[in-house]
Amino acid sequence: MHAAGWVQLAVFTVVLLAVTKPLGLYLMRVLDPAGQTFLEPVLKPVENLVYGCIGAEGTGEQDWKGYAGSALVFSLAGALFTYALLRLQQFLPLNPQHFGALSPDLSFNTASSFTTNTNWQNYGGESTMTYLSQMVALTSHNFFSAAMGISVAAALVRGIARQKTRLLGNFWVDLTRVSLYLLLPLSIIMAVFLMSQGVIQNFSHYVTAHIVEPYTGKTATGQKLISTQSIAMGPVASQEAIKELGTNGGGFMNANSAHPYENPTPLSNFVEMLSIFAIGSGLTYWLGRMVGNQKHGWSIWSAMLILFLAGTMICWWSESRGNPRLTSLGVSARQGNMEGKEARFGAFDSALFATVTTDTSCGAVNSMHDSFLPLGGLVPLFNMHTGCVVFGGVGAGLYGILIFVVLAIFLAGLMIGRTPEYLGKKLESYDVMAAVLAILLPSAVLLGFTALACVSTWGLAGLNNTGPHGLSEILYAFTSCINNNGSAFAGLSGNTLPYNTTLGLAMLVGRYFVIVPVLALAGSLASKKAVPVSSGSMPVAGATFILLIIGTVLIVGALTFFPVVSLGPIVEHFLMVHSTMLF
Amino acid sequence: MNIKALIKDFRASAVVTIILGTVLCGLYPLLVWGIGQLAFHDQANGSLVRRGAKVVGSSLIAQNFTGERYFHPRPSEAGDNGYDAASSNASNLGPLSKKLHDEVKTRVEAYRSENDLPPAVKVPADAVTASGSGLDTDISVENAQLQAPRVARARAMSVEVVRRFIARFTAGRQLGFLGEPRVNVLLINLALDKSNKK
Repeated sequence: MHAAGWVQLAVFTVVLLAVTKPLGLYLMRVLDPAGQTFLEPVLKPVENLVYGCIGAEGTGEQDWKGYAGSALVFSLAGALFTYALLRLQQFLPLNPQHFGALSPDLSFNTASSFTTNTNWQNYGGESTMTYLSQMVALTSHNFFSAAMGISVAAALVRGIARQKTRLLGNFWVDLTRVSLYLLLPLSIIMAVFLMSQGVIQNFSHYVTAHIVEPYTGKTATGQKLISTQSIAMGPVASQEAIKELGTNGGGFMNANSAHPYENPTPLSNFVEMLSIFAIGSGLTYWLGRMVGNQKHGWSIWSAMLILFLAGTMICWWSESRGNPRLTSLGVSARQGNMEGKEARFGAFDSALFATVTTDTSCGAVNSMHDSFLPLGGLVPLFNMHTGCVVFGGVGAGLYGILIFVVLAIFLAGLMIGRTPEYLGKKLESYDVMAAVLAILLPSAVLLGFTALACVSTWGLAGLNNTGPHGLSEILYAFTSCINNNGSAFAGLSGNTLPYNTTLGLAMLVGRYFVIVPVLALAGSLASKKAVPVSSGSMPVAGATFILLIIGTVLIVGALTFFPVVSLGPIVEHFLMVHSTMLF
Repeated sequence: MNIKALIKDFRASAVVTIILGTVLCGLYPLLVWGIGQLAFHDQANGSLVRRGAKVVGSSLIAQNFTGERYFHPRPSEAGDNGYDAASSNASNLGPLSKKLHDEVKTRVEAYRSENDLPPAVKVPADAVTASGSGLDTDISVENAQLQAPRVARARAMSVEVVRRFIARFTAGRQLGFLGEPRVNVLLINLALDKSNKK
């Protein structure tokens, strides 16, 4: 754990803090249908065109059922659109490598994956997807699923802030404004910056390089002299930018942000990590503004920061030590565990990225989590088990943490024997049931599918590792999909009919069985009358509140998942330290 | 939810997908492409390295080197023979994997004998582990230093001169604190070839 790492962690925290307020203030304008932004001269006509085509009655404020209905229909339509494009990609333009269609189950999995902001990938991008599929079938969801997450969060926060109304805003208006005024300009800036670092953006054929030193390689039919290298190309930068900003995480290339064309330098790496956190962080400030209690926003931000720093340090500590199985062979421990890591990033940048990408529902990776040491791999797994609520998926992180806030206040209310009350609104059984449903149902499906895969031939057939690490691979896959993260213990071969189906269903459950209860909660809170805060009210800011949220997050995560995690990474850690076993 | 609302939502979905889709999936990537081709032409097209008119590779993408005269890149799991820049990949082997253990053991022995290392010298981790992308074009500075005597011998150069090449091609931490110090294998090998034709 070297000094440069500590400096980077400090700088990262300070820069994150610095962008939070400006982004929060900008979000005030974006999420207010009458708000004005500097982009209006260019984009207002597009916005008005959308509203004009939808019609005036389609753009008025909706109650929670209307809002949820629009979100669900939009998701269904988008998933069908993507499914169709992937099945037909061989007939469509921008296919210089002549890739064929995807299979029905892989298309279903991929359509679910991108619609739900998961971006789990059972395919290698550069060997499967045409440029058109990447740009349209996938990138459209990178924008829309992110915008939907922010829209749902906005509806929930309006529900908290408003009183005695049924109206939560209009889904189409929120979606359009977030896409145009927030995601688009940030993506353009980010994409241009990434190109300056070496990320590619072209529509060329793959380049054939005549390599410096030809060598003999194996082929199916014997040996042959390899004298060229085919280098994958494509419009990467534009997709890379929204991949991080929208916490999507689906790489253009198979190796994702470990690939030099997606993440060429340590500086591009720093900016990618920052952009994964940026909008989620800004949303906490926006929350404070909306509910008229800025300290509440900052308290949630602080709880998130503490969870983030703790995770990063554990992961870094783990990865900066060498793998004892390899050091006993005479490998130096100085660089730490380098299997699956890039030399330009090393242990620290890899551990930090792994924590950031799983604190949120991003799921981009700059190193292979499957090859992390057991406790290093436990950190991303645990981050996802607690719902990716540390800054979180854009929007999804905010509504996720607010679910925990409701639960925390309910638990505190039970402890002190008072009616739980959040920002003046009494939390009643309907509200708590909605919150608990959003936590319990996905967890049950996660553990159920994991158990099913563990006792099925198809489940075990996909494994790349055996022993406790094999369990971790399966558990990681369902955890990642349920929480719409998309990162993987990528040794698992998931491109089979049963895995494509179960993982695809898991993503849908993890997305919509959270969004619907969240919107129901929003509707319920909006209809309540706020009572003035009194000395008897539960404080929603300050150290006690921060500890209460952290405690609730940790307890829910630990109680639900400790048994299975103890059979995976934890037992693997003890085997690594106290035995010489190999699997 | 009634049928009328359903139809209205489907219509709105189509409107949003078509209009915003045109902007976000069409105009946006084209705008970035235009800016890239004008302002960052070299990077946007892959940071390709040419010798004469011929493209010999990309400064960001590893290619295999096995000869004594060259610095060797990190092991690669991309494609069947490694270093397949159209099929990036990693081993994804867990820390207690027997396969990983055996592969690293073979690589350690090969690295020691190639570079004539005494048993007391530890082998740098990056030299015997596969990278995340399989296309990592960098190696650590200590890895380069340990290869320097072999490269010097094969090229009949003094070790000192080769070490000066290493110093020249070492990229430090960006801004002083980002990432790890490293040496670009393709670029140093090309520079050595240029100065020492044989």
